[in-house]
Amino acid sequence: MVLAVLLVSCEKKEINEPTTFVTVQFSHNWDETAVTKADFNTVKFVNANGNRLSIERLRYLISNITLTNAENTPLQIKAYNLVDVGEKTGFNLQSDNPIPEGNYTLSFTFGLNAANNRDGVYQDLNSVSFNVPKMLGGGYHFMQLDGKYLLANTQLANFNYHVIRAADITDPINMVLQDTSFKVNLGEVTIKNNAIVEIKMNISEWFKNPNTWNLNILNTVLMPNFNAQLLMNENGKSVFSLGTVIP
Amino acid sequence: MLKRTFFYTFILVIASSCSKESSEVYVPVLKPIEIPRLFENLLIAPIVPSNNPQTEEGILLGKKLFFDPILSANNTQSCSSCHDPQFAFADNKKFSEGIDGKLGNRNSMPLFNMAWNFDEKFFWNGRSNSIEEQALEPVRNPVEMHNTWVKAMASLQDNLQYPDLFFAAFGTRKIDSTLVAKALAQFERTLISSSAKFDKYLAGTAQLTASELSGFNVFMNEAKGDCFHCHGSDKNPLWTDNKFHNNGLDNFPSKGLESVTGNSSDRGKFKTPSIRNLAFTTPYMHDGRFATIDAVINHYSEGLKTSRTIDPLIKKVEQGGVQLSPKEKADLKAFLLTLSDNDFIKNAAFQN
Ligand code: HEC
Ligand code: HEC
Repeated sequence: MVLAVLLVSCEKKEINEPTTFVTVQFSHNWDETAVTKADFNTVKFVNANGNRLSIERLRYLISNITLTNAENTPLQIKAYNLVDVGEKTGFNLQSDNPIPEGNYTLSFTFGLNAANNRDGVYQDLNSVSFNVPKMLGGGYHFMQLDGKYLLANTQLANFNYHVIRAADITDPINMVLQDTSFKVNLGEVTIKNNAIVEIKMNISEWFKNPNTWNLNILNTVLMPNFNAQLLMNENGKSVFSLGTVIP
Repeated sequence: MLKRTFFYTFILVIASSCSKESSEVYVPVLKPIEIPRLFENLLIAPIVPSNNPQTEEGILLGKKLFFDPILSANNTQSCSSCHDPQFAFADNKKFSEGIDGKLGNRNSMPLFNMAWNFDEKFFWNGRSNSIEEQALEPVRNPVEMHNTWVKAMASLQDNLQYPDLFFAAFGTRKIDSTLVAKALAQFERTLISSSAKFDKYLAGTAQLTASELSGFNVFMNEAKGDCFHCHGSDKNPLWTDNKFHNNGLDNFPSKGLESVTGNSSDRGKFKTPSIRNLAFTTPYMHDGRFATIDAVINHYSEGLKTSRTIDPLIKKVEQGGVQLSPKEKADLKAFLLTLSDNDFIKNAAFQN
């Protein structure tokens, strides 16, 4: 009896307010040229500073992927998502539940905010070794971008552009931590008919705007480099944009 | 208890009603992997294929097969000849000898925590895609047990005990290689190492010395060892990423992962070994080139060799490495040794 009532009320709601599923897809480019695993391992990119570089590994974490409706009610699609371009995982996010069709703003947090960036608590992220050592501030990587860049003498050197919460570890007992996650607002999307929404990452922006990134100076051991983390945080803000929305 | 008896009676009735010729009952007892608390807290669930659940009978059979030379052509070699419990299920040789005295060209790999190899890529070059698939290879490998499966299955079939053991484990007396592989894999999934001194330290039941703690920091510090990006950490207690990297051993590395993928950017990439149980698994690296932990540390500190595919995580390659001080090296070694698990190599359940 109760069930019957519930069913009826559900049906009624559906009639009033059509719902649909939504899929969020991630794509990657270097100034509008698509980047996939097939583009890894060859020196084919030039950053704003003129460093020629290759990408060998690219993984990043975003969280609180949310659609917010006109009444300002947030609807979280997923708590967090790790995209691994080399392993081709995390490219597709499906909302667990149907959501009412309509207009929303799409937003997410790059990395994990201070409240969520807790040491060791996410088993799936531990299992793929995305942790940041406690001695470097703990929590998780926000991004791991590894590759090689060309030195003046045509030799290659390694770089590790690892984005984490900034930590000044000069005094290990009293580390200074600064949250470097940031909210990305991608603007308005219309969600209907099993919409597919594309989020684009322009990798070159990490090296460009507002800070021109000189790989000859900032290449490795950037995790314990407090200032480098602040620069990454500034550059990250122009990296993401809304791609196509289907239908 | 009562419930269980009822359940079995129920199966019995079904079994006896459908198989008329056989009056025996096939009732294997499920025995799921005992997940250590540390792994339970930190890691996703281990991988057990749904078509090969862990059972008491299957594990017992797998163990017997693992230690039995019957699988080799001349009855002289078992899996345990090269995967000996006292060496954390590796051996202490650079290359292992097969039954004909021929040497392979790879260092025997220790066997533990394999159910947590989430990518399920086995061997140094990742050519095998599951524990079951791997178990088929040594029997027919000419530099190992040098047998054929037809002969190995016939030997098992003719044996007085094995047909009954296969029936208990899999409900059939007809022995085939797939079932042998399944039983071996069940036993191998029980080989879990999680009680080293460092595990006990994490559980709060052991103390580390000042040197061991400093060594842990060398391991975790991006400016020093920076080992954690590939070899796990206190938050990934497998102490490996189970991925493939070129860690700078040679200017002209051998193929490694490339021999499987055909991709030249995989040249010289080998599976990261766990740094658990190093005290028992000398020598080190895919070709057993380093006899001591000191030699390994010296390699990372000042002996790096560059090549096109060297992993970007390897630091200061141009200078041969990060040049650890003698104290940092000694501390790092002391820390590495806290990951050796005496309880594991002495575990009575794993002995012949
Ligand atoms: C003659 C020595 C020898 C014998 C006998 C032998 N192995 Fe091995 N095993 C090796 C060597 C050497 C490797 C690494 C080979 C490679 O990567 O090419 C290896 C690798 C493995 C691996 C891969 C582990 C990993 O983490 O990737 C497993 C599992 C394994 N052996 C199980 C077995 C089983 C089961 C048997 C018995 C059926 C067996 N081995 C018999 C020498 C041996
Ligand atoms: C880029 C990833 C990477 C980093 C960083 C790294 N390793 Fe390794 N390590 C590997 C790989 C891959 C192998 C196996 C290489 C081979 O045999 O060709 C290995 C092998 C080893 C071995 C041999 C284990 C065995 O059973 O043979 C030890 C010990 C070791 N590494 C310790 C360390 C230490 C200590 C550090 C930090 C100073 C470190 N590694 C940094 C990837 C890495």
